[in-house]
Amino acid sequence: MASRTSGMNPVVTLLLQRIGIGFVLIIAISFLLFVGVEMLPGDFARNFLGQSATPEAVANIRKELGLDEPLLSRYLGWLGGMLTGDFGHSWANKASVNEQLFKRLANTLFLATTAALFAVPISVGLGMVAVFFRNKLPDHVINILSLAAISMPEFFIGYLIIFAFALLWPIGDGPPIIPSSPLLSLANVQLIFLPALTLVVVVLAAMMRMTRAAILNIMESAYIETAELKGLNMMTIIRKHAAPNAISPIINVVALNLAYLVVGVIVVEVIFAYPGMGQYFVDAVKVRDMPVVQACGVVFAGVYIVLNMLADVGAILANPRLMHPK
Amino acid sequence: MSNELKHLGLKVVLGRMNRRDFIGRAAALGVAAPLATQLLSSTARANPVRGGHLVLGLNGGATTDSLDPGLAPSAVPQSVNYAWGETLVVTDPNDGTAQPWLAESWEASADAKTWAFRIRKGVTFSNGKTMTVDDVVATLKRHSDENSKSGALGILKAIGQNFRADGDNLVIELESGNADLPYLLSDYHITIQPNGGFDAPAAGIGTGAYTVEVNEPGVRHTLVRRDDHWKSDWAYVDSAEILVINDTTARTAAMSGGKVHVINRVDPKTVHLLKRVPNVKINNVSGRGHYVFVSHVDTPPFDNVDLGLALKYAINREEIVDKILRGFGTVGNDFPINAAYAFFPDSIPQREFDTDKAAFHYKKSGHDGSPIVLRTSNAAFGGAEDAAVLFQQTCQAAGIPLEIKREPADGYWSNVWNVQPFCVSYWSGRPTQDQMYTVAYQSEADWNDTRWKRPEFDKMMIEARAELDAGRRKEIYTSMALMLRDEGGLIVPMFNDFIDASTTRLEGQLTDPSAPLSNALLICRAWFAS
Repeated sequence: MASRTSGMNPVVTLLLQRIGIGFVLIIAISFLLFVGVEMLPGDFARNFLGQSATPEAVANIRKELGLDEPLLSRYLGWLGGMLTGDFGHSWANKASVNEQLFKRLANTLFLATTAALFAVPISVGLGMVAVFFRNKLPDHVINILSLAAISMPEFFIGYLIIFAFALLWPIGDGPPIIPSSPLLSLANVQLIFLPALTLVVVVLAAMMRMTRAAILNIMESAYIETAELKGLNMMTIIRKHAAPNAISPIINVVALNLAYLVVGVIVVEVIFAYPGMGQYFVDAVKVRDMPVVQACGVVFAGVYIVLNMLADVGAILANPRLMHPK
Repeated sequence: MSNELKHLGLKVVLGRMNRRDFIGRAAALGVAAPLATQLLSSTARANPVRGGHLVLGLNGGATTDSLDPGLAPSAVPQSVNYAWGETLVVTDPNDGTAQPWLAESWEASADAKTWAFRIRKGVTFSNGKTMTVDDVVATLKRHSDENSKSGALGILKAIGQNFRADGDNLVIELESGNADLPYLLSDYHITIQPNGGFDAPAAGIGTGAYTVEVNEPGVRHTLVRRDDHWKSDWAYVDSAEILVINDTTARTAAMSGGKVHVINRVDPKTVHLLKRVPNVKINNVSGRGHYVFVSHVDTPPFDNVDLGLALKYAINREEIVDKILRGFGTVGNDFPINAAYAFFPDSIPQREFDTDKAAFHYKKSGHDGSPIVLRTSNAAFGGAEDAAVLFQQTCQAAGIPLEIKREPADGYWSNVWNVQPFCVSYWSGRPTQDQMYTVAYQSEADWNDTRWKRPEFDKMMIEARAELDAGRRKEIYTSMALMLRDEGGLIVPMFNDFIDASTTRLEGQLTDPSAPLSNALLICRAWFAS
């Protein structure tokens, strides 16, 4: 215990370090994004006006938005706003980015969280079932189905689900899916049933297979064999020896998939015409609406970094060796 | 109208036959297409019914949309803007002629230089104010200002700043005569706003039949009918809702699932499937939009007229219409005008696919045999890449070495189109021949994407523009079209149909050759059968 009294709790130090790194990462990402959008062919004025752009109109828009200014000064101006919590106004329709962003983010989080609430218990449960029946029929069935789900791109799964459950046997709402306010209501949960189902199918397989692999991996290690040789029964071995050591890879894959749910829902949002972050982002990128692209990019990066950080911290907390160094 | 025709017309009204079939059957009975369309509309217009809530699932909306009519780039903002705002002139959905709207009538001097538009009285904005000539003048000022971002800036260049209020009239004095001035004022950007929209361009306040209740760009817009609109046979549904569904499959699913009453931009590849869904009808009309392969006639090897002709003979237009548009279109004739325009030069023979002639002209051109690079992208039009491949195959048969280079869709309009010497493109038509030629075939035009610079062509165009005699005008347009067809840098394989779909219960004027969704006026022109 001497090490703890002499300094800060190592977990707290680690956490602070991670937060610091995450913050630097977000700034770096925002800069890369800025430069990246700048490097894309065509600028906002041209893309916004499309084929009907006249040189005069393009010049007028550029002048008004200050696009003639050098890149760095524009970036620093934006960064200043961002650090004070103001993402500015959309170039295209002058609406406040903050207002739109949080509404869209709430929609996306609502969809992603609902999907996660189903996906995580189901996948971890199925993973355990697969281990329990290793190389028997249930394991094979679960494996084949999850491989099939992984192999199909998510837009295709989405279309199949729309076709089957919105048109053929209508048990849920097809596109467009526009939640009514207030967001947190049973009616909205019912409304987003099909897109949530699509997301569950998309992430389920990865999480399930990772759970199965993590537990199996540990079941094959020497100390489990020792425990078996000592004559302990199977349940005790899984509970006391295997599970605690399998938690950290499982937490990792769950967190990564949650991040995927938030960041990767773009395609699902588009095919269900769901007004979330993804659609907002895609619309903005199309016309190079920089303030919106930047804001969405920062939020996506933030979610990804925070969930990864949580995964790391979770894995450390679950691992006694990392909790008690030396 | 014969009984047979009446019967057919009724079938269309009841949704048991589509317009295309009707026109075909009418033609068999010896009735020309424009007349048939008119007969059809008169049948359909027989008994409009008021009421109902119309839901549209549309492609062409984005989070970045604004209610500023000067900035409306696509179908959704156009439809919204036409619900709350109106223009001085609206084109007729059947013959394309300019019809009085907020301008009650107009007169031109003999040289078509001085115009007086009488502004309708007793028209109110949705904020309660009465529309005056000053609002009209201010609107024109805002869109024609040099610093304007309005998409109408190019069109209004012809007018400049030479307009003023004179009593109840808007008087415009042009530097050179323009018989098409009323058509220019039907442009969808120029909806009349209080004080021209200088105070609040995106407020959504206008003289239109609806007010904007919910405005969530890229998601939905809801519209509610005003009780005090000036026109009685107009705006039948009580309220309307536009839901943005940009994904084609999602839109089709929404239509077949009955979640929306109308969708736009039906994929030609799946029209035959959507047709089978009960209670869904397809509303298609041949528009003025056309798909083109454009080459710069001032750049080798495209400056060689024989090479141009070789390429024009080497394209199989019928095949491309069949395979790319699934028949939802008509073949082009290498000039940018079709029968949807007034004064269409109908005496020009159709250019046919002819491998021998293509080979002959190719040989005559003395081309060195190096590959001719055609740049293509589906950004230009759906199926552009496939169309290029079909073109390549028929070129091959004539011994022409066409090479296809695929370009990214992103930035296509700024990096490839109007930059590279040979590429695919798309032109949505214009209300008049003059505008189409002015925008892209005048020597000085910004969008002269074929680098067509012929002083004699420009001269004819200006002459036709000021010509109030219809016969003479048609003659000039015929010579211009012939010149462009034989020496110009554009190959026009086809004009595309606008394909929308709606529930069979929906009636009224559902199509308009000017633009899809009945020229974005569908909300005001449609009603539900009781």
